[in-house]
Amino acid sequence: MGRCDECDSSIMSDIFALVDCNNFYASCERVFQPSLQHRPVVVLSNNDGCIVARSNEAKALGIGMGTPYFKAKDVIEKNNIAVFSSNYALYADMSNRVMQILSQFTPEMEIYSIDEAFLGLDGIQENLDSYGREIRKRVLQWTGMPVSVGIAKTKTLAKIANHLAKKSKKAGGVLDLTRARYITAALERTDVEDVWGVGRRIAKKLKRVGIMTAQQLSQTDIDWIQKTFSVMTVRTVLELRGQKCFELEEVPEPNKNITVSRSFGKEIETVEQLENSLTQYVSRAGEKLRSQEQYAQVLTIFAMSNRFGKDSYYNSASCIFETATDSSLDLVGAVGQLVKKVYREGVKFKKAGVVLSKLVPKDELQLNLFADRESIDRDRRLMQVLDRINERGKQVSFASEGVVKPWQMKSEHKSQCYTTRWDELVRVG
Amino acid sequence: MSKVDKIYKPKLSKQALPVFTARVSAGFPSPAADYEEGQLDLNKHLVKNPPATFFVRVAGDSMEGAGVHDGDLLIVDRSIEPKSGKVVIAVLDGQLTVKRLKIYRGKYSLVPENENYPIQKITKDMEFEVWGVVTNVIHPL
Repeated sequence: MGRCDECDSSIMSDIFALVDCNNFYASCERVFQPSLQHRPVVVLSNNDGCIVARSNEAKALGIGMGTPYFKAKDVIEKNNIAVFSSNYALYADMSNRVMQILSQFTPEMEIYSIDEAFLGLDGIQENLDSYGREIRKRVLQWTGMPVSVGIAKTKTLAKIANHLAKKSKKAGGVLDLTRARYITAALERTDVEDVWGVGRRIAKKLKRVGIMTAQQLSQTDIDWIQKTFSVMTVRTVLELRGQKCFELEEVPEPNKNITVSRSFGKEIETVEQLENSLTQYVSRAGEKLRSQEQYAQVLTIFAMSNRFGKDSYYNSASCIFETATDSSLDLVGAVGQLVKKVYREGVKFKKAGVVLSKLVPKDELQLNLFADRESIDRDRRLMQVLDRINERGKQVSFASEGVVKPWQMKSEHKSQCYTTRWDELVRVG
Repeated sequence: MSKVDKIYKPKLSKQALPVFTARVSAGFPSPAADYEEGQLDLNKHLVKNPPATFFVRVAGDSMEGAGVHDGDLLIVDRSIEPKSGKVVIAVLDGQLTVKRLKIYRGKYSLVPENENYPIQKITKDMEFEVWGVVTNVIHPL
């Protein structure tokens, strides 16, 4: 339904902050090439096929998300737009840095995607707006990554606050919407399609009956919503009204990401135990992914110590697959490589989990032209067999092996791996 | 209805058992056991704030006088406050450069450590910002 049913306990929070990076991929490139600050930037998908990320200036020039590269070449040349192939190593590393910093501001955090996180801000004594500005300032100073912060009493409202924080110059990147009197104005300025959990399909239906803004949606009769759409949309409307329906790790869009996490009854201390747990979780996540007929581009693992301990520890690591995958072999292999990054000796781990994000439905998947078709099909058949066996109740487990397949791909405009290769560091004179 | 004549209580014997109070270790007792510490970790020593630390490669000799040579590795911490006298990575008109930062009476300049290079005074029309503070230089011999 949207609730992460693998979480043994949802984290309770009454104040949510949604922090997300502005133009994430383009911003990553700009940190290491500051001369790009004034040039529009676009980032290409696998095999330099289409444009998957655009800086604000590039958006303003009318370049749509997913435009095939060859179609945009004229606009690109005319406007001196900088073009980059996806640099997965760089993006994953920068994402981890941002998440590490955000985790310093709260013990309750949900990594929502590679560049967004929800923070639970209960118990923050200071002014929420100031706190949001501290977050923004620290992330910007420590990593060069600009982020926007939206704060509210429900996740849906926090998303709206974040959206407005980005758009409005006056907000300066941070918007606190916990006060009721500002919410109406904010909802009036928000198009119904931009509400979290309202997709194009639902927005079309709403607009047909005159519901154009988030404010109007919040005032719509609940019974009608339930009859016309679903219980999920009902929760979205209630959240617009300020009634919390989604806790951390609960989402209105069940397919946006897949999280499997658990608190350990007894704390674990060895890297083998941590790897075993994460392997189990990621295998389970892989099953869900396949049952939804989707592929995942990003895998994030995280692990933390007891939240209330003196030496609290949190770490996360991400891996971006060059081609979105639904194969547990890839996922388990990635876990094996990532676990060393989150493990630290001496830490007693209380909770760990995996998040699959940047999900792509099977029919939208662009397979690499040079991909080894045979091995993909063989993988898929293997996955189907495993899923059937698991369904019947016999658990099949993996030995932790497997490598993300290094297919040959066109990547003519890739920047250097500034943070993951010794021979590709940025050079400074 | 039967009558209950007797109720038997089980006899619990209270037998004392010896308890070992001293721990018996399985291996050879080490005289150094009281003095063991963790191994020296160069990573922890050099990288104080991981999410804010980046590595950068030096190109050129503008900072030779400071012991920073072409090809050296610099450890840069973006969370350290850039104070006058610190070697920093700065962004000047879109280019990254490594220089010593001098702040005098509110005015900034970037100072090289090689007489072949000029001191760069920062004026209002220039685009300038500090990218990070250099904490260590690693120079292979």
